Amino acid sequence: MSSAGTVPTERQRLRDTDLDRASLERWLARTWTTPRGLVGALSAVDHKVIARRYLLTAFAFLCLGGLSAVAMRIQLSGPERGLIGPDLYNQLFTMHGVTMMFLFAVPIVQATGVYLVPLMVGTRNMAFPRLTAFSFWIYLSGGLFAWVSFALNMGPDIGWFGYVPLSGPEFGPGKRADVWAQMITYTEVSSLAVAVATIVTIFKQRAPGLSLDRIPLYVWAMLVTSFVVVFAMPAVMIASTFLILDRLVGTHIFNPAEGGDTLLFQHLFWFFGHPEVYIIFLPATGMVSAIIPAFARRPMFGYLALVLSLIAVGILSFGLWVHHMFATGLPKLGASFFTASSMLIALPNGLQIFCWLATLWEGRPVMKTPLLFVFGFFFIFVAGGLTGVMLASVPLDLQVHDTYFVVAHFHYVLIGGSVFPLLGAAYFWFPKLTGRMMSERLGRWHFWLAFIGFNAAFFPMHIVGLQGMPRRVYTYPSELGWGNINLFITVGAVAFFLSFVLFAANLLRSASKGEPAGDNPWSAGTLEWATASPPPSYNFARIPVVTHREPLWADRETLPVASGLRVDVRELLISTIAEAKPDIREKSATPSIWPLFAAIAVGGTFLYSIFTPWAVIWGALPIAVALIGWFWPKGSPEDEE
Amino acid sequence: MKQRTVIDLSDLPSYGFGPRSPTWWGTLAFMALEGTGFALAAGSYLYLVYIAPSWPLSRPAPNHWPGTIITLLLLASLIPNHLLERHAKRCEMRQVRLGLLVMCAFGILPLVVRYFEFPALNILWDTNAYGSMLWVLLGLHTTHLLTDVGDTIVLTALMFTRHGHSGRRFSDVEDNVFYWDFVVLTWLPIYVLIYWVPRL
Ligand code: HEM
Ligand SMILES: [Cu+2]
Repeated sequence: MSSAGTVPTERQRLRDTDLDRASLERWLARTWTTPRGLVGALSAVDHKVIARRYLLTAFAFLCLGGLSAVAMRIQLSGPERGLIGPDLYNQLFTMHGVTMMFLFAVPIVQATGVYLVPLMVGTRNMAFPRLTAFSFWIYLSGGLFAWVSFALNMGPDIGWFGYVPLSGPEFGPGKRADVWAQMITYTEVSSLAVAVATIVTIFKQRAPGLSLDRIPLYVWAMLVTSFVVVFAMPAVMIASTFLILDRLVGTHIFNPAEGGDTLLFQHLFWFFGHPEVYIIFLPATGMVSAIIPAFARRPMFGYLALVLSLIAVGILSFGLWVHHMFATGLPKLGASFFTASSMLIALPNGLQIFCWLATLWEGRPVMKTPLLFVFGFFFIFVAGGLTGVMLASVPLDLQVHDTYFVVAHFHYVLIGGSVFPLLGAAYFWFPKLTGRMMSERLGRWHFWLAFIGFNAAFFPMHIVGLQGMPRRVYTYPSELGWGNINLFITVGAVAFFLSFVLFAANLLRSASKGEPAGDNPWSAGTLEWATASPPPSYNFARIPVVTHREPLWADRETLPVASGLRVDVRELLISTIAEAKPDIREKSATPSIWPLFAAIAVGGTFLYSIFTPWAVIWGALPIAVALIGWFWPKGSPEDEE
Repeated sequence: MKQRTVIDLSDLPSYGFGPRSPTWWGTLAFMALEGTGFALAAGSYLYLVYIAPSWPLSRPAPNHWPGTIITLLLLASLIPNHLLERHAKRCEMRQVRLGLLVMCAFGILPLVVRYFEFPALNILWDTNAYGSMLWVLLGLHTTHLLTDVGDTIVLTALMFTRHGHSGRRFSDVEDNVFYWDFVVLTWLPIYVLIYWVPRL
């Protein structure tokens, strides 16, 4: 074997410059397409394939979360209904909250990023494609773990934030709280992996010329979000790990009798839990910033201000966690600080709204379904923000703490701030995913049903909340006179749920019968519209070269491109971090079954660990084997250059 | 859309070191998230110290010798680690192989000492919250060490095969060097927390 100081020099390889367009596309397809067959499908590392699976799975969990909500609402539709008893009700609101937050909202925004970010920055795949595949398998198994446990009557019943001591060894016998703790750790492993891959994709894989001040706002939003994930999610992982240790091996971290502390859990949880809201919300603002310019037909007003406010929101979101703990009796100064910072975050958010309105004002907006959902978002989110400012003041929070007022507030923020933009985004990018348009007519019906149903369901909750109806109760006595208003809420909730059925019908119908979309049905300006719909496995036959914030509006006729990449192996262009100057041609990982095996090994270890701590020791071996299989190169010597 | 070629990429290198390489950024991101985890665990420990009437909770302070030996070992390992980095950057195969073997030894030795470190804490994890936190901190760092040593061993084996003769692999070696620095660095505050905070 060869000696020190040398690396084999590259012989002439097949490059895109050697080929005409048709044979180039054939070669690229051969190199990049996911292999056929079951093993091929399970080995996929194409970001589009993984993202589609992620999106479908998240949508399935949305349905489960929605069904549990409807079940709760039917139970609450009148006083003293006997449909669901207190034990099952506890499981239902826990499963609902956990599913919506951990299995729907965060995964779906990350999955949208996995699909769109590589296309928008003009590259062929995510950074670390096998890690992205792994994270999907982990997410799927974590979600199944939670719901199978629920079906086996082992579902958690401690609320989505699982406070000790209720979830601790003393008051939480059985395995319910362990299921909660481990499923939290699972979903977080997967979110963290996606966040890391997203950050590196955005930093290092941008098309030549796509400098930091030209990145689409959606990509900026995903970048900031990924950073928030990296610094927030470890907190909940520490909290859930401490909890499972207290429960399984008898540590006393949260046990005040032995020098531990219960409030420590709340601090750790909310250090994650508040930024979590922004993990869900920031990508949604990115979607809005993509939809508005496309329909207003002018570039976004205040690009720099929007980028700065995204970053400001990302940073400020860490300073707010204690506002979830006002009712725990904190020192006064602390409470005022957190009140102030909670109100402060309204500033950058307000700035964003101002820029969106200014863009619409100066443009000539075309009222299509995606834009309708954006307007729905404005309305609902602003209303939710107002009640948020109210809750940030300690005296009011103490009054309405743990009442339906809070339930109303957070659904306004979560659904208005995230679900409405997501639905708009679904209509907006569906053509890119499938090559077909969604039905406008059904889309309008969908919007109005969702908007009216939502407000009918959640607005009255403010009122019953102020009247004192507590959250997390399975029923209420009829003397309180809350029956009619609760019936109204339930009807609204069912209507809102049905709007999703309509949406699903539209999705299914349009996927097969929708009008063909073409590359750029909205005449939008960013790079994902420069390629075919749906994009080929390699995304771009030649890597685009960017000279403008809206490249497709700057170069309407011909797209400037770069050439010189190899086509016989999966080669990516790596660029410099600020200016996106071409720097390296690097090979991207090939399909592999090992990420799946690694996920099975990790999942099995987690599952087994709720029964015995030895699982961690036994699980280490298969995990190590799977990781070695994953990293070990198998190419021929020529491929190793 | 029609296309017009404006840049030719053929002459770009096929690998790069440090911040030029995506893997380096991935490693950095993992350090950020693991570092946050460590910081929060350390914060939890200090929080419990802060609210406790006395610390350690009526227990003898741990015997610091095994931990001190590990600290010295880890600090000493930085020298071969950085020699290894230099050789990796020059793609010097023989020296890199040797350096990796040395680093495997420097990874395994602290683990051997660590075996004696747990009993030297003088308390079990289920005695009280103080014991729990010591075991958690030490356990976290041990997991950290174990995974990195495993990683280093696999990489060493890889460099002895034909797959080693590639610029990408030398860049991987450099990332491994980078990560080891982090393993050493995270130990220092934990060492202070475990052995010297109870003595204050
Ligand atoms: C069909 C739409 C929805 C309906 C009808 C609905 C209804 C409800 C109801 C009735 C509760 C329980 C209140 C209580 O008893 O305390 C609840 C709790 C909750 N919901 Fe929703 N919800 C819906 C969608 C969502 C979405 C999309 C999210 C998040 C993205 C979400 C997040 C939560 C959370 C975090 C809780 C708190 C659970 C807990 O107390 O532990 N919900 N929701
Ligand atoms: Cu909050």
